[in-house]
Amino acid sequence: MSETVGLILLIIGIIFDLVGCIGLVRLPDIYNRLQAATKCVTLGTCMILLSVFFYTGLSSIGVKALLCLWFVLLTSPTGAHAIARAAHRSGIRLWEGSVMDKYAEDREGAEDKA
Amino acid sequence: MSVFIALLILCTFMCLYRVGKGPTAPDRTVAIDILGTLVVGFCAIFSIITKKDLYMNVSISWALLSFIGTIALAKYLEGRGFDE
Repeated sequence: MSETVGLILLIIGIIFDLVGCIGLVRLPDIYNRLQAATKCVTLGTCMILLSVFFYTGLSSIGVKALLCLWFVLLTSPTGAHAIARAAHRSGIRLWEGSVMDKYAEDREGAEDKA
Repeated sequence: MSVFIALLILCTFMCLYRVGKGPTAPDRTVAIDILGTLVVGFCAIFSIITKKDLYMNVSISWALLSFIGTIALAKYLEGRGFDE
């Protein structure tokens, strides 16, 4: 029973990883690539770690998998946020098809007030 | 299980393509970050196959070190010192 659940979660995780990496290759600019790849690969890796927990139960492998899931869930979005902020501040342009840039508007507003 | 390992290796090669081709430095940084997260999943599947908890230790430390590396590269791209 738990092995079946683990196998299903493992397949879902691998599919999410594949879709995220295809997004990393195919999308046009850094911000699109960042959001596609980070969200999909974080969820995919968390699914793989949860499937490790379902495969092995409350053993040392399973508990370490839950701990690792917590770390990945906490650190991966933080890293992605830092990269996006650094890319915007170092002056990388958005793709020409983008319709709005809220962060640039916010920064201009803050500079006007200061 | 070997099918899943093969698919993850395919994902890894897509990331390496982006590391090699990526026109700007943040592109390469994103690809390296994603590569670290993929290695965590790879080690997790390997620990199911071998039934050893050694690979989960590798996985946990890889997740934390990859995070520190990403933050350091982001700080460097932003053009500020590490002590701000």
